[in-house]
Amino acid sequence: MALVSPASETASIPAPPAKVRAAADAPPALICRNLWKIYGANADAFLRANPIPTPAEVRAAGLFAAVRDATLEIRQGEIFIIMGLSGSGKSTLVRCLSRLVEPTAGSVFYEHQNLLRMTPAELIQVRRHKMGMVFQNFALLPHRTVLGNVAFPLEVQGMGKAEREARALQMIELVGLAERAGYYPRELSGGQQQRVGIARSLAVEPALWFLDEPFSALDPLIRHEMQNEFLRLQRMLSKTIVFITHDFDEAIRLGDRIAIMKDGAIIQVGTAEELVLNPASDYVSAFTRHVARGKVLTAGGVCVPVRPGETLAAAVPATALVAEVAEAVLASEAPAAVVDADGMIIGKLERATVIANLVGGVQ
Amino acid sequence: MSEVALPRDETHPRRFPVGWIVAGVVALAVLVPYAAPDSFGWAKTYPARWIVPISDWLKAFLFWLSRDLSFGLFTFKDMTRFVSGLFGYALEVPKALFSSGITFGDEEGAFHIPRLSWAGLIAAVTIWSYLLGGVRLAVLGFLGFFYILIFGQWDSAMVTLSQVILAVLTGVAGGTLLGILAYRVPRLEGAVVAALDFMQTVPTFAYLVPLVFLVGVGPVSGMLATILYAMPPMVRVTMMALKRVPPELDELARMTGCEPKQALWKVLVPSARDDLLVGVNQVIMLTLNMIIIAAMIGAGGLGFDVLNALRQANGLGKGLEAGLAVVALAIVLDRMSRALVELRPVHGAAAARRRQLFWIGLAALLGCTLLSFAFPALEKLPAEYRVSTGNMWSDVVSWVNVNLFSTADAIRTFLLMNLLVPVKTFLIGFPWVGLLAVVAGGAWALGGWGFALGMTALIAFIPVAGLWERGMTTIYLCSISVVIATLVGLPLGLLGSRSERMHKFLGAMCDTLQTLPSFVYLLPVVMLFRIGDVSALVAIVLYAMVPAIRFTDHGLRRVPPSLQEAGTMAGCTGTQRLAKVELPYALPEIMLGVNQVIMMALSMLVVSSFVGTNDLGKQIQVAISQADPGKGLSAGLAIAFLGILADRMIGRWVATRRERMGL
Ligand SMILES: Nc1ncnc2c1ncn2[C@@H]1O[C@H](COP(=O)(O)OP(=O)(O)OP(=O)(O)O)[C@@H](O)[C@H]1O
Ligand SMILES: [Mg+2]
Repeated sequence: MALVSPASETASIPAPPAKVRAAADAPPALICRNLWKIYGANADAFLRANPIPTPAEVRAAGLFAAVRDATLEIRQGEIFIIMGLSGSGKSTLVRCLSRLVEPTAGSVFYEHQNLLRMTPAELIQVRRHKMGMVFQNFALLPHRTVLGNVAFPLEVQGMGKAEREARALQMIELVGLAERAGYYPRELSGGQQQRVGIARSLAVEPALWFLDEPFSALDPLIRHEMQNEFLRLQRMLSKTIVFITHDFDEAIRLGDRIAIMKDGAIIQVGTAEELVLNPASDYVSAFTRHVARGKVLTAGGVCVPVRPGETLAAAVPATALVAEVAEAVLASEAPAAVVDADGMIIGKLERATVIANLVGGVQ
Repeated sequence: MSEVALPRDETHPRRFPVGWIVAGVVALAVLVPYAAPDSFGWAKTYPARWIVPISDWLKAFLFWLSRDLSFGLFTFKDMTRFVSGLFGYALEVPKALFSSGITFGDEEGAFHIPRLSWAGLIAAVTIWSYLLGGVRLAVLGFLGFFYILIFGQWDSAMVTLSQVILAVLTGVAGGTLLGILAYRVPRLEGAVVAALDFMQTVPTFAYLVPLVFLVGVGPVSGMLATILYAMPPMVRVTMMALKRVPPELDELARMTGCEPKQALWKVLVPSARDDLLVGVNQVIMLTLNMIIIAAMIGAGGLGFDVLNALRQANGLGKGLEAGLAVVALAIVLDRMSRALVELRPVHGAAAARRRQLFWIGLAALLGCTLLSFAFPALEKLPAEYRVSTGNMWSDVVSWVNVNLFSTADAIRTFLLMNLLVPVKTFLIGFPWVGLLAVVAGGAWALGGWGFALGMTALIAFIPVAGLWERGMTTIYLCSISVVIATLVGLPLGLLGSRSERMHKFLGAMCDTLQTLPSFVYLLPVVMLFRIGDVSALVAIVLYAMVPAIRFTDHGLRRVPPSLQEAGTMAGCTGTQRLAKVELPYALPEIMLGVNQVIMMALSMLVVSSFVGTNDLGKQIQVAISQADPGKGLSAGLAIAFLGILADRMIGRWVATRRERMGL
C-alpha cells in the first residue's frame, strides 16, 4: 500500500478546509491571570478581604461571580475557542479581556502591556488599532448603510472619507456583500447582517479579534458557509482570535484550542482531541459526547506502541485525523504505522481502533 | 368617609380603631359649622382677618427679583433682559423669512427683499408632504395652506409660523440637550425627573404672570411660555430613547475606540432617531396647542385674531376663520412630522427620488420667491383674490340664533338651574374647615399622616390666601366637567375596546381633538350657548374628554385574555364579566385617564375666564392685563396646587391598587 497523503484525502472526503494550526510554540499574545468578575455591592472589598473565595462564600455574601479565577494564555495567531453552558460567563470573560467590563481582580496583558492599568486615552488607542469585536447581536448602526457601518471604526479614528470608504469597500468585498454596500441593516438578512459585523470588525485590521457567538443566529447552511469563509479569512489574515461558541462541532472545525467554562471558572483548556481523550470532568465529557470522534482524534493521539518485529502496513502521519486515514487503514489487514513529521514511527493504528472511533463508540 | 377609612381598619383588626375616629372627626368638621353657625361661624366662612397677604408678599418678591437680585457679575434683570434679547434677535430671522421680508432704507427708494412667496411655500409644502407621506398627505398639506391663503389668513399665519418654528427648534434642541445631560449624569436624573413631574402638573398659565412681569408682554414672552410648556416631553423622550438604545451599540462605540463625544453623536443619538422624532412631533403639537394662550401675552398672529374675535360682540365669523386656520396649520404640521417618524432610510433609486423631491420643493420655494421681486402678487396675494367667509359665518350665527336659540337656551337654563348653580352654591357655602378635613381624611386613608399633612397644606392655600370664592368656583367648574367628561369618555372607550373599527375611529378622533388648540373649541360653543358657565363647561368637556377615552380603551385592551377566559368559564354573562373582571382590572389605568382629564380641565380654565366665570383663571387674566403679578401668581399657585393635589392623590390610589393586584 502506498503512503496515503492527507492532502489527497481531503479532496475525496468532505472534510473541513485545512486549518492553519498555530504553532504550539508561538509566543503568547493575550494573557490573563487570576481574573475575577464579581457582580454585586462592594465586590472589590469582598475580594480584597478574601482573594480566593469559594462559590459558597460568594453566594453567602450576596454576590455573583460571573468569572472566577480565570487564567489563560492565548498564542499569537491562534484561534482560541471558549465554550460553556449559557450563563457560564463566556461573554463576561471576553468582555473582561477587552475591558468592556472592568474585572474585579486579576490582570490582562496584551503584548506585554497591562490592559487594566491603561488610561482611557491609551485604551482608546489600543482599541482603535489593535482590537476588533463581532457582537452576538450584530450591533449594527441602524442609521448607516452597510458602507457606513463598515467605515465607522475608521471614521472614529479620523480617517478621510475617500480613504475609509475605499478600505471599507475592500472589506465588504471580502465578505461578499459588494452589491449590498448601499443597503441599510434593516434591509439585510441575519446572515448578511453578521457579515457586515465581521467586515466592520476587520476594517481596522485588528491583530486581536474577539467573536461572541458570531454564527449562532444563523441557519445551518449559512452557518457552514460562514465557517468556511471565516477559515478562508484566517488563512489570509492570521490574527489572534478569541471565539465564543455553543457548538462543539464548530469549535472542532475552527479552533486550535478550546477552553471549557462552568459557573465562571475555566475547567479545562486543550485541543479538541485532548478534551475528548482526557476530559477533566463529566461536565467536559458531556460537551464532547456527541462528537464525531473520527474527525477529532488524530492518528498520533490514538496509536498504541508497536511490539518489536511486528509487520506494519502503509505509514500515516501522526497529525492526520482518524477519519482522513480510515480508508487507507481499513484497506489492509495489518495495522498502519504512525509516523511523525521526521518520518519516525511512533506507534501503530489498529483497524479496531479506527472502526470504534468512526462509529463513535467509547473505547 | 368611613368607607375610605375601612380598608386600613381591616388590616389591623385588633388595633385602636383609628379609621373610625378619623371618619368621625371629618364628619364633625363638615357638619358642625352647618349645625351651629353662630358659635362656629369662623369655621364656615374663612374670617377676613385671618387672610395672609400672600399676594402682596409674592408681589414684593417678584419686585425684589427684578430689581435687587444680583449674582455678583450680573443681576437677575440683566439675565432676563439677555434671554429676551437673545430670543428677540433669533425671532427676527424666521420673521423676516416668513412674514415681513427685509426692507432697507425708508419709504422713498426703499429696497425690499420679499418674504418667502406664498406660491413657493404652498408648492414646497405639497411636494415635501408627498415625499413624506404620499398623495394623501400632499393633498392635506396643499388644502391646509391653500385655505390659509385664500381666506386671507396668510399674514397672521406666517407670524404664528415663524414663532412656532423658533419655539420648536429651541424646544427640541433644549429638550434633547437636557435629556442627554440627565442620561449622562445619573446624579442629575432624579432632579430632572422631579422637575418634569412638577412642570406637568402645573397648568400652563400659572407661569404666564411671572413671565410677563419679568420679560414683558410680547412675542418673546409668548414664545418662552410655549417653550416652557412644550419642552418637558422632549426631555423625557430623549432620556427614554437613549436608555432604549441596545447596550451592544454602546459596547460597539467603546470597542471601536470612540471618544465620549463620538459615542454620543455618532452612535447613541442617531440610533435613537425614531424615538427622538416622536418627541419632535410632541413638541410641535404642544407648541401649536399654545398658539392662542401665547397670544394672551402678546404673541400676535392667528392666536390674536381668535382672541380678538372672542372679545368682540360680532367677531365670531372672523374668529372661526382664524380658528380654522390654526386647525389647518396644526393638522398639517402634526401629520408631516408624524410621517417623518415613519420615514425609514432607503438606498438606491428610492433615495435618489427622495433627494430629487426635496430639491424640487426647495427650488419651487426659492424660485417663486425670486419671481416675486418682479411680481409682488407672489409675495402677497392681492385682496381681490381672497375669499372671506366672514359674512357666511355671520349668517350661520344668525341662523343658529334664529333656529337653535330656543333649544340651546332651554338646555342652558336647565343645566344652570339644576346642576351648575346648586353645585356652585353648595361648594362656595361649604365650610372651609370641612374641606380641609375631607382632604386630610382622604389623604390619610391613602397614604398616612405625612401625606395627609402635605395634601392639607396644599388645599389650605386657597382659604389662607383669600381665594376662597374663586378657588371654589374653579373646583366646581372643574369637578363637574371632569365628571361629565368621564361619563362620556368611559362608554366611548368601552366601545373602542370592543371593536377594531370603533377603536380606529376613536383614535383618529382623539388625535384630531388633541391637535387642536384649546381655544378653538370655544368658538362654536359660544355661538350656541353664549357667554357663561355652560359654554365653559362644554368647551372643557370636549377638550378634556380625550384621555378618558384613550385610557379606558387601552386599559380594557390590556386585560389578559386568560383572565377574560376565566371569567367566561366561571359562567359570567358579558356584562358580569365586564363589571366583575375587566373593569376592576382596568380601573387603575382608567383612573390615570381621569387624572389626565383633571389636568386638562385645569389647563382649560384659562378659557373659562373668557366667558365670564369668576374663577382663578379670571384672576390671572385680570392680573395680566393690569400687570399685577402678585395676584396673578397667587392664583397660578392655587391652580398648580389643585393640580398637584389631584395628581398625587390619584397616583397614590393607583399605586396601592396596583400593588394589591400584584401588577
Ligand atoms: N451586569 C450584570 N450584573 C449581574 N450579573 C450579570 C451581569 N452581566 C452578566 N451577569 C451574570 O453573569 C453570568 C454570565 O453571563 P454571560 O453573559 O457571561 O454568560 P454567557 O456564558 O455568555 O451566556 P450565553 O451563552 O447565554 O451568552 C450570568 O449568569 C449573568 O446573569
Ligand atoms: Mg454570551
